Amino acid sequence: MRRRLWSVLAVVLAVLWAFPVYWMINSSLLPYNKIRNPEPTFFPTGETEAYGRVFDGGFFEALRLSAIVTLITVGVALLFAFLAALAVSRFRFRGRRSFVYLVLVIQMIPAEGLFISQYKMLEGWELLNSIAGLSLLYIATVVPFTVWLLRGFVEGVPRELEEAALVDGCTRTQAFFRITLPLLAPGLAAGGVYAFLQAWNEFALALVVMGRPENKTLPVWLRTFTEANRVSDWAGIMAGSVLIAVPVIIFFLLVQRRMTAGLVSGAVKG
Amino acid sequence: MHALRGRSLPYALLVPAVVVLLAALGYPLVRQAVMSFQEYGLAQQFGRPPEWVGLDNYERLVTDSYLWTVVLRSILFCLVVAVVTMVLGTALAVLMTAIGKPARLTLQIALLLAWAMPHLASLTVWQWLFDAQYGVINWVLTGLGLEQFAGHSWLINPLSFFIVAGVVVTWMSVPFVAFSVYAGLTQVPSDLHEAAEIDGASARQRFWRITVPLIRPVLLIVGLLQIIWDLKVFTQIFVLQDAGGITRETNLIGTYIYRLGIGEGQFGLAAAASWFVLLLTVGLSLFYVRHVVREEEV
Repeated sequence: MRRRLWSVLAVVLAVLWAFPVYWMINSSLLPYNKIRNPEPTFFPTGETEAYGRVFDGGFFEALRLSAIVTLITVGVALLFAFLAALAVSRFRFRGRRSFVYLVLVIQMIPAEGLFISQYKMLEGWELLNSIAGLSLLYIATVVPFTVWLLRGFVEGVPRELEEAALVDGCTRTQAFFRITLPLLAPGLAAGGVYAFLQAWNEFALALVVMGRPENKTLPVWLRTFTEANRVSDWAGIMAGSVLIAVPVIIFFLLVQRRMTAGLVSGAVKG
Repeated sequence: MHALRGRSLPYALLVPAVVVLLAALGYPLVRQAVMSFQEYGLAQQFGRPPEWVGLDNYERLVTDSYLWTVVLRSILFCLVVAVVTMVLGTALAVLMTAIGKPARLTLQIALLLAWAMPHLASLTVWQWLFDAQYGVINWVLTGLGLEQFAGHSWLINPLSFFIVAGVVVTWMSVPFVAFSVYAGLTQVPSDLHEAAEIDGASARQRFWRITVPLIRPVLLIVGLLQIIWDLKVFTQIFVLQDAGGITRETNLIGTYIYRLGIGEGQFGLAAAASWFVLLLTVGLSLFYVRHVVREEEV
């Protein structure tokens, strides 16, 4: 009896917690007259024209920019972090511990503590409003946690496996590509998704560094789109939010477990 | 030759990562230090060389009562939100252990959805929920008989602005706490509880005497992360300020620095103010890092 009461409470809380997400989807599928009505409509009528208004509202330009920056960030950060993780977990060298310490401390640096001088730096290098500039900042944001994450995975691949391959006549390079790399695939996937989420969702740096109106990443675009349409078109705004959120939710659900473990034992920037 | 290569190889592998970190974080850090000792305002934006002013920027900030208001406001907001998040998250985690699998899965999926939402999308949805005219929250409150909420604007009054911001930040942060604490709770051996039950301990006693001490490390680390994250909320405040139109009464450290630097072009002052955020968060992080390093053999 008691247990059942708790279960009911849990379901009620679940509904409350998921409600904003549901409301986003629901509102995106409603026509004007249902949205602009003091009496809310709780189930979608299936109008999809709000999405059309989003596509006309500069969504694709922002998508293009976000996709490019995200791709660069994921690729470069993953490569650099992987090399560093190899060094840290496969070699014993002077300065190794300090590097690991540094990686952990660095990733706690908040964007808000540094974005003024990062702005001035990019301005000096004439990289303001450029894909290269924003990507550089994102890569540096993502690399530390990715090193930490991959370090765990590299250590999980037993050295004996590589050595056995060497005994069997593989070269070191062959052993690496045939044995170690496939075993690291899940780690690289997790690191890649982490980098994707960071670059796709980031707002503060994109706002500071990409000041020009035609140069918006998706989150910054959503903000201006909301400002422009808040009075008239909440359905359109919600449709924009859905389009940004859906890929993120899918990827997030894929790696959530691994990232939570990494968060508590490693570190991550929120 | 081979030995030499072997010895320098790890350093070579570190080079790309180190170069990126130095360029994008190390150099701005130095630049920030330099700039904070300079008069670096609009005149410098138009080409006048920056002037060395020693500690002037810091002096101006420290003697400006507005900075202290902002700092105190940030700390207060951070503490309230962090405490509420921890209590709610832990309560949800305990609840998950007390219910059957279907209910637990339902709750977990709901929490995951909230957690996965990009911040900007969440903020946008919450603005819609709190919308004065057509928002569901006002509709529900009016329906409950609270007539004063008909057409109520939440974001134009500082106190209710921070209530909205607090609700949004809590909603986003509780899932992480709930999942981490739940993971800790599932590690608590059940025979301990059974033994205590046989000895006549009540459910409450068992919770405070057995469960809490055992999950203390998780609570500490998650709580610390919450404080660090809540101290530097920028996006949430910034976007809600946009929507509500009041900034001076609602600035926290992050938005204050942004408006000082990017908004007013007072880069020297903003650089000096940035050190507050930086030292505060990095200082708190050192505890965290020490803990992590102790837990994981590095």
